[in-house]
Amino acid sequence: MAKAKTPGTVEKKLIGVADTVITAADRSKDPTLTIPVRSLANVNFNEKRGIIELGKRKQARTFFNVGMAKKFMQTVLVADALSELQRANLTTSLREIYYRTKHTMKGSHENTFDNQNESDPLIEDLEVSLAALREELHVRAENAGSIVGPVVFGDDGDRVDCARLGKGGYSVPSIVEPEYIEIRRCTADFVLLVEKGTQWNRLSEDKFWRRYNCVLLTGNGQPPRGVRRLARRLHEDYRIPVYVLVDNDPWGYYIYSVVKQGSINLAFESERMAIPKAKFIGLSSADPDRYGLPRNVGIKLNDKDISRARELLKYRWFQKKHWQDEIKRMLGSGLKYELDALANKDFRYLTKTYLPRKLKEEDWLD
Amino acid sequence: MLARTPPPAAAPKAAVSAVEMGARQREISVSEFFTKNRHLLGFDNPRKALLTCVKEAVDNALDASEEAGILPDVVVTVEVAPSNGTAPPPASQATRFRVTVTDNGPGIVRQQIPPIFAKLLYGSKFHRLRMSRGQQGIGISAAGMYAQLTTGKPVQITSRTGARAAAHYFEVSIDTKTNEPRIFENKKIEWEHPRGTQVTLEIDGRYQKGRASVDEYLEQVAIANPHVDLVYHTPEGDTRKYPRTIHELPPQPREIKPHPYGIEFGVLLRMLHDTRSHALAGFLAGDFSRVSPVLAQEICKTAGLSPNARPRNIHGEEAEALYKAIQATKIMAPPSNCISPIGERAILHGLYKQIKGEFYTAVTRPPAVYRGNPFIIEAGLAYGKGPDQAAATANAPAVPLAEGEQQDDGGELARVIRYANRVPLLYQQSACATFKAALETAWRNYGIAQSRGALPAGPMVVFVHMASVWVPFTSESKEAIADYDEIRKEIKLALQECGRRLGVFLRKRERAKSEFRRRNIFELYIEEVVEACARLKGGKLAKDKLKTQLQKIAAKRTGGSRTDEILGRDSGPEGLPHSIIVTPDGPEGEAPALPGADVAPPEEAAAEAAGPPPARPKGKAHPATPPKKAKRPAAAAKHPVTAARRSTTASKRKKR
Repeated sequence: MAKAKTPGTVEKKLIGVADTVITAADRSKDPTLTIPVRSLANVNFNEKRGIIELGKRKQARTFFNVGMAKKFMQTVLVADALSELQRANLTTSLREIYYRTKHTMKGSHENTFDNQNESDPLIEDLEVSLAALREELHVRAENAGSIVGPVVFGDDGDRVDCARLGKGGYSVPSIVEPEYIEIRRCTADFVLLVEKGTQWNRLSEDKFWRRYNCVLLTGNGQPPRGVRRLARRLHEDYRIPVYVLVDNDPWGYYIYSVVKQGSINLAFESERMAIPKAKFIGLSSADPDRYGLPRNVGIKLNDKDISRARELLKYRWFQKKHWQDEIKRMLGSGLKYELDALANKDFRYLTKTYLPRKLKEEDWLD
Repeated sequence: MLARTPPPAAAPKAAVSAVEMGARQREISVSEFFTKNRHLLGFDNPRKALLTCVKEAVDNALDASEEAGILPDVVVTVEVAPSNGTAPPPASQATRFRVTVTDNGPGIVRQQIPPIFAKLLYGSKFHRLRMSRGQQGIGISAAGMYAQLTTGKPVQITSRTGARAAAHYFEVSIDTKTNEPRIFENKKIEWEHPRGTQVTLEIDGRYQKGRASVDEYLEQVAIANPHVDLVYHTPEGDTRKYPRTIHELPPQPREIKPHPYGIEFGVLLRMLHDTRSHALAGFLAGDFSRVSPVLAQEICKTAGLSPNARPRNIHGEEAEALYKAIQATKIMAPPSNCISPIGERAILHGLYKQIKGEFYTAVTRPPAVYRGNPFIIEAGLAYGKGPDQAAATANAPAVPLAEGEQQDDGGELARVIRYANRVPLLYQQSACATFKAALETAWRNYGIAQSRGALPAGPMVVFVHMASVWVPFTSESKEAIADYDEIRKEIKLALQECGRRLGVFLRKRERAKSEFRRRNIFELYIEEVVEACARLKGGKLAKDKLKTQLQKIAAKRTGGSRTDEILGRDSGPEGLPHSIIVTPDGPEGEAPALPGADVAPPEEAAAEAAGPPPARPKGKAHPATPPKKAKRPAAAAKHPVTAARRSTTASKRKKR
């Protein structure tokens, strides 16, 4: 880890922002930061590697442009705050960065930042343009994930055995890079990433992981970076497959695709977060039939669901025939199903019947 | 009807014979009628009553002085009436007031004093078509009647017609049965004023500040009558002075004959009966305005009547035919010299004197006609916060804004001040044609926010005046102008012209401001960026050097000295007739010298070169270096009502 006196690489990169300003000023040029564009238009799906990559389009953020001046100034302020973190070797949250950089500008009523929505994207901008990961910038998100299973971590020198943490499991920190979290041992056969905390609880309570020797992981909805990164590390370091269990609706499909190929907004992170070999274990639109779920536990697709599903159909990473069929089948039935709906058959249907059968039949989508 | 057994006892009670009824039928005196219906005259509640009393007395004082060609000096005193022995309550709690209005007018001859103040419907103004504040001869005597009704005190009048004449003191009240004055006191007294009239009324009332208060009324009188010197002693013991800013009287309005389009059938009958002419054609030509002998012949022909017929003998169908013929004939619009508008210059002065703002403008419309009555609409605008207030905002300690907070202007709506024949109208705003016209005007076109069906938003005062020989009020208490299409259209046209000028001003100022802001943005941000860079570099940075370099780039990017120039001349009444713009350097345009204004010490502007924060007013014009844009005063118009004056550049700097 980077220590006090000699600036680390990340810190050097941050200081580079100041250098950009100084050099430009020396040459009487408008100081300009080049920032890759983060939007759907600027992401490519790399078929060979199976991940979403950031395109080459860049935007120039110049200081002496009325529209961009404030953002430029804010970017420099955020860079300053981040480098302060580096020097002090602290980690912090997005919100704290916002508060740290917020002040009234001298001789005016104007604040540097009016709300957090202004500072958050700038941090992502810096991540991308400096090619530094958020963790490397020492910025963490909230802990929003849980893990339980036969895996042992070293966290700040503490030994965390996730097999001995009851049904609550271990709360996945937002930064899980090797220098923060060490995976000491993992004997699991696979990782099961569950969308919903409720279903993760059900599996954990039923000790599903013990019976099937797996790691149970959840991100409570869209999995945060920490959870995705941890799944990737387990997958990579211990060569175990990752299965994704989500609701049967367009958002579930998208969560799976984020885990597998990476997200559009954080396309620059796919490189180290995406798990191209992750499998979609359920809930598939074919399951209601196959498992005899009655029609009345389905929910009618609303307009938003339908338009989202149509968008998914167009994404390049959903072009495989079985995926087109899967999504079209959902649209055809006009219904979506929650994982919780399995309780209609039995409280432990997920643990006792559904997952065992899926695993046995290797009934998953790639 | 089908009641089985009508109660026999009820029958005799109900039956009243015509004779008995006839015995009860008798004349109702006007005074009695108004005693019972005092709300018709504006005495609905104690607060309004106090205002109405002040208003009637002031109106009379101004009318009389102006008619006599005297520049009016009016002193209004409202005091809490002493209640036998005990200490008087504070003004806000008091219920009994003494109103005294003193003028320097022509005075009233002795024998006319009692009827003028103690007889309803007695006066000089009703029977003529001439513009004046009062119209009917009810006002002051009604006020006297109200005093009599609520406190039992008679009206006290002191009047003197000249330095050589004696001052007469009267105490009178109305006999409500006969509508005749009762005189309690009549004596010659020593009076310090060489000429004038003083009226004192003691009434039940309430003194409350704010909307529709005596204070507001007198302030508005001062706005529309800058030729009046008004002093107001408030019940709380303050003295407010509204000094005269225009030292000539408005031109005397002339009396005119009625215009044929403006009369109703009944009036025509009466005129036919009363005329002194012996022939119909002569009557038409002689008793109406704009009817020539030729036109009179034509009307007679159309009506199928002999031009030589005796007017007295025309009634019934003949009269109706005549009335129709008149309406069918094309007759020139009535002459407008019977109206004396306030004039653009005077409105400007009035607004400028009383209302703090940044921009003032005034418009006098050409005369127009409704129902045969000529009228003139005038409108004015005062916009903005005024340099003092603006300075207060700009110099207020910079309180950092928390998340979700915004700097707002309070979202206040414009205020409409309405006048009819120079008299402020304070009640029933929403029933008034002026208010409706202000609502209908599309203020958004001029860069002012306005929500649907509401007044425009912003620090703005809208002034509307209607001058006419006969202002159509919606009620006797003269609170709102009736909504005739012709009138509303004229008001809208006047307001639109004001709006256009305001739009020009706002756009210009906005341009200058955005230029300034652009500049300012960079200056603020450079500071931040330099500090952040210095911290990033671990303090090893020549901060001043970097700052200077960046500032140089900023100046180059924002047009440098060119911007300064734009900023320096961000406003100015160029192209805006009859307008005043108040800049940090003082007012531009036809601003009058405000008495006492020279007391304000000129503050020196310090932070000029370094880049001052936006729009910080810098006090008054620098005495040593008059700004280059100063315009030489062109020959300032002598006459307030020369509408055709090309005075775009005629400007008079305020002397400080």
